[in-house]
Formats: sequence, C-alpha cells, structure tokens
Amino acid sequence: MYSYEHEIEERTENTVRMNVGPSHPAMHGTLRVMMEVQGERIVRAEQEIGFLHTGFEKLGEHRSYNQFITLSDRLNYFSPLNNNIGFAIAAEELVGLEVPRRAQVIRTIMAELSRLADHSLCVGAMAMDLGAFTSILWTFVEREKLYDVFEAVTGTRLTTSYTRVGGVAFDLPDGFEKRVMTILDSMEETVEKLRGSFYKNRIFLDRTEGVGIITPAEIESFGITGPIARSTGKTYDIRKYRPYLVYNELEFDVPVYTQGDTLARYKVRLDEMDQSIRIVRQALRLLEPGPISALDQKHALPDKMSTYTDMESLIHHFKMIMPGPDHGLNPPVTDLYSATESPNGELGFYLVSDGGSNPWRVRVRPPSFINYPIFSKLLEGAMLADVVAILGSFNIIAGELDR
Amino acid sequence: MSAAAPVSASPVYTRENLAVLAARVEAAFGERLLGKEEKTQYIQFSVKAADAHDLARFLKEEPALGFTWFVDCCGVDYQRYPKAMPERFAVVTTLFSPALGVKAQVRAFVPAANPRLASLCDLFAGANWTERETFDLYGIVFEGHPDLKRILMPDDFDGHPLRKDYPLRGRGERGAFPVYHAVPLDNAPKEGEG
Amino acid sequence: MSAQDKINDVITTQLGFAINWARSNSMWPMPFGTACCGIEMMATFMSKYDASRFGSEVLKFSPRQSDLLIVSGRISLKMMPVLQRIWEQMPEPKWCISMGACASSGGVFDTYTLIQGVDQFIPVDAYMPGCPPRPEAFIEALMTVQEKARKGQASSNDFVSTDASRDPSLSPNYRSPDRFMDGPQSAADEIPAEAPLSPLTTVQEGRS
Repeated sequence: MYSYEHEIEERTENTVRMNVGPSHPAMHGTLRVMMEVQGERIVRAEQEIGFLHTGFEKLGEHRSYNQFITLSDRLNYFSPLNNNIGFAIAAEELVGLEVPRRAQVIRTIMAELSRLADHSLCVGAMAMDLGAFTSILWTFVEREKLYDVFEAVTGTRLTTSYTRVGGVAFDLPDGFEKRVMTILDSMEETVEKLRGSFYKNRIFLDRTEGVGIITPAEIESFGITGPIARSTGKTYDIRKYRPYLVYNELEFDVPVYTQGDTLARYKVRLDEMDQSIRIVRQALRLLEPGPISALDQKHALPDKMSTYTDMESLIHHFKMIMPGPDHGLNPPVTDLYSATESPNGELGFYLVSDGGSNPWRVRVRPPSFINYPIFSKLLEGAMLADVVAILGSFNIIAGELDR
Repeated sequence: MSAAAPVSASPVYTRENLAVLAARVEAAFGERLLGKEEKTQYIQFSVKAADAHDLARFLKEEPALGFTWFVDCCGVDYQRYPKAMPERFAVVTTLFSPALGVKAQVRAFVPAANPRLASLCDLFAGANWTERETFDLYGIVFEGHPDLKRILMPDDFDGHPLRKDYPLRGRGERGAFPVYHAVPLDNAPKEGEG
Repeated sequence: MSAQDKINDVITTQLGFAINWARSNSMWPMPFGTACCGIEMMATFMSKYDASRFGSEVLKFSPRQSDLLIVSGRISLKMMPVLQRIWEQMPEPKWCISMGACASSGGVFDTYTLIQGVDQFIPVDAYMPGCPPRPEAFIEALMTVQEKARKGQASSNDFVSTDASRDPSLSPNYRSPDRFMDGPQSAADEIPAEAPLSPLTTVQEGRS
C-alpha cells in the first residue's frame, strides 16, 4: 500500500539524482529535497520533512496551558510573539475569558513588531540565498534593534513567552514608545533601501520573476494562506476577515499582488512591513493605563505584586500553577479551533479540553506545513537555481513545519 | 508572462451564514449526523467514518456552500476522555468557505479496532500531507491516499506516538545510536612517557 | 639526549605551538543549525556580534572544509544519523560546540523523538547553556574552544574509526545513514491490534 517502488519504476532516462539537505547552506532549517535532474531542469522532486519533529503536540498534553505558551515560542522561532499571542487567544476563547484593553493593545503592538522581525529576516535571507549578502546584514541590524525592545519588554531576545492566558506577563517599560518610534523610522528606511536595491536589479528579477508561479485554485486546494496566498490575488487576511485584538480600530491595507511568482511573494512581504509600521504607529496612540491581565482570578494568573502581599491572590496563584484535581485553568469539556494571522499565514490552534489543567489535545495548524507541499510541484520543470529562490520565498520554518 | 490572476474580494466573517450552513447540512444529511455544534466562527459536524467523505464532498461542491478552501486535518485520541465518545479516534477536518465567510469542521469518528477512513485527497490537495501525519502519529489508515507513508517519524519507527497509550518519553528509540567517543589509541603514549 | 635532539625538540615544540595558534585563530565553523539556536547563531555571525573577528569568517557548510561543528538546535531521531555522518566527514583535528539547552541535554523537550544531549553520541568540547544562548555566550564558547585548540586538545583526539569494537555498524541498534539516500527499506507498518487499556501512564504523569 505504501512503498517507494513506484518512484524507482517511473524513473526517466538520463536523469541524475540530486539531494539537497537535510544539512544545507540555505538557512531554512532541516529540509530535504530529492530531485531528478536532466541537465539544469528538474524532472521530478520529492520532499522529506520530519528532521525537527519535537513532539510539541504530545508534550502539550502533559503541560498546562500557561506552560505551553513557553513551548509555543519554539514553533515559529522567527516571530515567537505571534505564536504566544495565537495560543493565548485560543486558550482564552476556549475558556471564554475577556482580556483587558491594555493587554489587547500591547499584544497588537508586539504581534506587529514580531511580524516585522519575521518578514525582515525572510526577505534578507531570501536575497542572501540568491547571493546578495548585504541585504541580510541590513535587516539583521533592524532585527537587533527589535531584539533590544523585546528584551526590554519580555526579558529575552528570542523565546519570549510573553503572554499568559488572560493577558500579558509584564507591563511595558518606560520609554517604550519613543524607542519603538525610532525603530519604526529606521525600519522604514531599510525597507526603502531594499526596494531600491532589488526591484530593478537585473539579476534579482531574472531569478525571481516568473519563477514558481502558483495559481489561485492551487491555493484553495492546498489550503495555503499568508503572503503566498496574497501574492496570487487571494485576499485573505484574518486580521480583516474577523478582526481580533484591536485590529478593527486600526487602519491598514492588505497588500495583494496577482502574479503568483517569487517576486510577488517578495513584494508582498516588503509591503506588509510597511503596513505593520503603520499599524504600530496607530496602536501606540491607543495605549491607555489599565490592567494587563484579566481580573478573573479563577482563570488568569493574578498580578505578581499582589501575590506577594495578598493572601487570596496567593491562593489563586497556587491553584492556577500547581497540578492537582480542580487546579489549573479548567476550561469547559469541549474543543475549539482558533486562528490568528501569523507572518506565514493562518496559525491555528485546535484545543480539546478535558476540563483539567492540561489540554487533552493541542493541535498546531502550522502555516509552513500547509504551505510547503506545493513546493515539489513547483519544482517540476524548474531549473536547479530556482530551488533556492522558491524555497526562500516560502519562508518555511522547520520548527513549525515538523513540530 | 502569464496573465495576472484577478484579485478576489476579501472574505468577511458573516455570523448569519452559520445558520444557512447548518440548515443545508441538516437537510442533506439529517440522520447521518451524529452531532452538530456551533462554536465561535464555525460549526462542527460529527459523523461516522463512512460518511465523512460524503459530507466533505457536499460541503465543497454544493453551490450554496462552497467550502473549497482547505484549512486543516488532524486526529484526536479519546481513550479515557471524561465525556463518552462514539469511538476512540476522531479525524477532524476544517474547511473554509470564502463565499459564505465561515468555517466548517467535519469530525469523523474512527473505531480503534479497524481505523480506516476514506481519504480526502481527491477533493483537497492539502489533505495529502495532513493525512500522512495523522497516519504517522495515530495509525489511522486513509483509503485512497496516493502515498500513505510516515512523514514526521523515521520510516522504520515502531508505533504511533500521539496515541494515549504511547509514553511521552518513548520506548528507548532516542538512545539507540552508535557512540563516537574518544578511545585511547593502542600506540598512544602512556602517562609519564614521551 | 644529545644536543641535536634537544634542538629538534625545541623546533617541533615551537612549530606545534605555532600550528595550534594558527588553528585556534582560524576556526572555520560548520553550522549545524536546526532550530531557534540557529537564529542566534546567525545573529552572532552578523554585524553586531561579528564572529569573524575570531577567525570564523568562512561559513562553508561543507564538513570537509571546516573544523568546528556547532550543533545548534534540537536533534531529533531522524536528524541524529545525519549529524553523525557530518561529524564523521569532518577531518581531524575537529571540535564540537553543543549550543543551547536542547543540544546539550534535550532542553525543554523530554520527548520520544529528541536526543537528550548530543554528547551521548558525539564528543563535545564546549557546551552553551541557554534557550537560546545569547551571542555573547556563543562568543565565550568559541573562545573556550580556541583555548583548547591552543593547547592542542580536542575531544575528537585519539578517536579510532578502524577499531572493530567502535565500528558503528556492529552496534545492534545501528541505523545506517545510507537509508536516506536510497529510500526507506522498511517493511510495511502493521496496524496494531487495539491496545489494551493500560493504566494511565501517560495522561496523569504530570510534571516530573
């Protein structure tokens, strides 16, 4: 029923078998592509994944909801805050918890800053894979500035674990707004520099224009979302489809291109960076003082200072953290699928709860996993040099792909 | 240069269409539905394994519904779940309709004794890898799948990890690799000499 | 010892010193970046925390032309034979840095599919704790390995690949990396019969 014999029988004449990965120079994680090439043309390609399978979903069944937030950082490690926020929203919808306003605004700001970080790395790495090393140096400078902000707010550069079920863990530090505004200005300049460097560059255009074209029908059939879908004309952005956090109060556009090739995917990401900058500028004005975590102490962790001083808060904290019967989040015995717009597409969490402190099932719907299968189809008939260009434009993150 | 594809309108979540969806599916499937639950943004239909493919095809091809956008497919193991479930396993497929602006979920209950289910690969290309993953992690066989083999675990792996009776730390596979450590050479200088 | 021997010793000692000094200041890394630590490794090689100041300028991604393997990220069951193959392909002298908690000990992930520390299977010279370690920690580990190189030490020293007792294929659990090249040769998976309802060893395990 399932064997590899069919692959060997169909092997055409005069092909050379080539293998890329799982350890390979393109900085896109542990992927493997097995190709049959005739000269420069790829006749057939097959992908193998699973080299980073960590068992997130199994581990999620043995960790509480707040503990899984720590694990969720490691899924899409280019933009960990989006994963934190996505999972926290899923857990809150499961419980039916209302998140206070300030936490919503903070989450929006951090989600968009994280989106900027992800897109800047993807865009830089994509150009680096095509040989232009300078662009990743530029984008990494911007990323380091964002890292400084993340560190000031959450405590670490990369694996932030910033949200909690009910709100966020820490409040914003002083001087946050000024710092972020400076970074946004320099980020805008970098995006302009990237546009100027690449949009008329003959080599870049030759390697990306018309390469790896995806049709809208394939998008729907494969379930592809995110910048890849928006590069083929399919306008689907969950922030506009069903606005969560405070997106319904913010004015922003969703960039859509129609060519469906690698260049369109690149352009969509650069335009989305501009829109993210716009969103953060507006969201900073929405910040008002207030609580950063839900006041429902049965389902959200109480404020840390009151845990140290107030007996009741201490007891609630104890009941939320320690394992035991009737401890923990205790959502209703049901299941729920909830999705947010991560930089790669629709990041969904399907949570099945058994009423206890740990989820019964955590299913991560990773955008990379759903976006990736079309890759081998795109390679058929493409040239060997297109492998890296197309792979770069897909922004496949192995942590999310294999979980 | 190929002709550029048209820009499609942005779908918007329309809560009223959930009722439209529920009505249509009940009209067509009535007795075959084991359950119908309305959740935030979507409706979950529970069916037996044999009806899942029909329901998915109905959702996709019915003109008034148009659930053509694949979202996700995963498995769930309900062994020892506090609420009684018809079968041990379930395969949950989520679909999206840009026309209606809602999602739909098909939860197909699969018995543990013979975990087989018709594959949705003929309807959605996205079902290919997600069903392979469900097979890999749960052991549910999808009939009609073009290439059902393991995707995340090594090909000679024994067992289906996400089942509830499979231990979190595994059965020793993670320690079974050859060891490359420094060994003294036969002619290496002994201590005190050389 | 005659005077001539003593002079010869002095020359070879100085030569050895010079060679070790050269090796330590031109460590060419083989970045084996799998997960989040790979991003911090990339950050270390970029402009702000420039690792090429330490001689690690050339990222060749070819094990045959590098001397420092940096295992950054979690190593799963499928990836371990690949890692071992890369390690075997590196010419000696070679050093290994285990970057991050996952490579050093399994990290946050104590699961069925992750290797709980690559030092169980390949020799490691320096460990970097952190999840992920900061670029400054990376530089410290790099400097630790440079110290070792200056002294002429390496964990891979005295490693014998022709010793029969160390021939990997004789190990009962040997998993040949070649199987990736020719496709899997395993028999079809049997669908297991219904598993007996065992006591809840998995669900109620809790945190331990």
